[in-house]
Amino acid sequence: MSIIKINDIYIKECASVVGKNESEGPLGKYFDLCENDMRFGEDSWEMAESELTRRCIEMLLTKSGKKGKDVSLVTGGDLLNQCISSAFAVSENDIPYLGLYGACSTCAEGLVVGAIMAEKLQNDVISFASSHFCSAEKQFRFPLEYGGQRTPTSQSTVTGSGAFLLSKSGKIKVTEGLIGRVKDGNITDVNNMGAAMAPAAADTLMRYFVESGTKPSDFDVIATGDLGMEGHELTKQLMMTENVVMGDCFTDCGLMIYDMKKQDMHAGGSGCGCSAAVTAGHFCRLLEKGEIKNLLLVGTGALLSKTSANQGRTIPAVAHLVRLESVV
Amino acid sequence: MDIWEWVWVFLIGGAFCAVAQIFIDLTNVTPARILVTYVVSGVILTAVGLYDPLVEFASSGATIPLTGFGYSLAKGVEKAVSENGLLGVLQGGLTGTSAGIAATVLFALLWSLIFKSKEK
Amino acid sequence: MTKEKYVKIASERSKRSNICTNVIKAYVTGGCICLIAHGFLKLYNEVCGMDFQNARILSTVSIVFIAGLLTGLGVFDNIAKFAGAGTLVPITGFSNAVTAPAIESKSEGFVNGVGAKMFVIAGPVIVYGVTASVIYGLFYYYFGG
Repeated sequence: MSIIKINDIYIKECASVVGKNESEGPLGKYFDLCENDMRFGEDSWEMAESELTRRCIEMLLTKSGKKGKDVSLVTGGDLLNQCISSAFAVSENDIPYLGLYGACSTCAEGLVVGAIMAEKLQNDVISFASSHFCSAEKQFRFPLEYGGQRTPTSQSTVTGSGAFLLSKSGKIKVTEGLIGRVKDGNITDVNNMGAAMAPAAADTLMRYFVESGTKPSDFDVIATGDLGMEGHELTKQLMMTENVVMGDCFTDCGLMIYDMKKQDMHAGGSGCGCSAAVTAGHFCRLLEKGEIKNLLLVGTGALLSKTSANQGRTIPAVAHLVRLESVV
Repeated sequence: MDIWEWVWVFLIGGAFCAVAQIFIDLTNVTPARILVTYVVSGVILTAVGLYDPLVEFASSGATIPLTGFGYSLAKGVEKAVSENGLLGVLQGGLTGTSAGIAATVLFALLWSLIFKSKEK
Repeated sequence: MTKEKYVKIASERSKRSNICTNVIKAYVTGGCICLIAHGFLKLYNEVCGMDFQNARILSTVSIVFIAGLLTGLGVFDNIAKFAGAGTLVPITGFSNAVTAPAIESKSEGFVNGVGAKMFVIAGPVIVYGVTASVIYGLFYYYFGG
């Protein structure tokens, strides 16, 4: 048995901050703050991402009327080496910090870890995740001004951050979590992250359905983090081979955040900020209003580095699941 | 003005690019590998005597693609070996391409002083 | 599903770029860049009366200058998105590959950033180009010339 049951922990408040492209997407109006300046007033892309996260956490504290000292723990991460933007972002609010790295699965990972910690500490915990297009390009791909063509399977890193206040009361209950196993689908194409992550997503979903005795139709929404067009379809196919039909409730944050027809985003959005911002800005709003009753969020992360890719290694992936329920 | 001279510049120069595009799209070869392959091919084609006539024929259409960089390396080494013997083996390549490399370095430094990377 | 089967399905699924239009775009842009360079060559050689070989070198330097400038202005990557190998293969691609990391790493300082990272992409071109020229030089010394 590996499903983690969480007792009486709720998402009391959430906040989301995004960049320009995300604000022009179909969910644009639901995010708390949209910044058109990709530099967020900073000198470097790394610090821009840090400022993005800092503003998101500040927004969360303001919205919930809390001060830093009211919170027992802040946990979360980003995509950069040593999670540097997260460390700078939380360096001024004096809350104990637990850094996480789960690549793009960090949002779900943070919600599970944060909920467990909140239950243990019996006090408020903040969980967050963020990513920035420019810093991710610089670290994982090429310098921004480098002239290259993207393949149709490539995804675009979301500039965005989402933060959640996990508390003893609220309208959205965090009921269960499931930590994923690292799965390697033998994919080596770094421009096809969706295909690399799909086996991990399918594995976590299968384990959850089997162990909990549920099926896809028991949920209003089952959302993966950032599988994009490729990964989404491949996950459906993989589930089909196990005789599980995912149905209409199955969606992907990476497919929701951009207008796939109008915005030139190839296979969709990616990055930890993708599932974090979509969950905080969109899903939590629906859950709070009771428009959806329950949600399975499956954060998917491709665990590669530039070094491992250069060494020709395959791309291992992990997917963590968190179950959220509306209690209005 | 000889119009055919310009036509061949366009046709040969474009052909070098088209071949690379086919490789990029059909295989997952990275741009950096394409560049390396082109420069080394340029040296080899010059060595076997094919590139000289091509430069004669297509002028800038043969010298501007990166194979032309390989051509300059090879011509440089030929000249240096003829003048300096064995030492020329080491001297020639960079001598033949010195202006291009020095300009690239200098301008890159200049642009980095002036510009910041733009948001996308 | 076995891993081999999965890799096969995934790679069959992944839509290939539209090769035909890509190749045409690359051909035309690449050809045009060579024409511009040829224009500079004619200008320096016939109008300014410069020696032909020197005019050729200066025309290359001019293209390097323009490609770097367009990189700095943030335009080059947009052209390259359209042109693909059309901007990669001419000397413009080399200039861009040097200028882009130089500008990007400015925030890490001029020695450890700009200076150290300038050749992070284009370095292999120099390394293997020079190596190839040395090997050819040896052949030329012993067998040719």
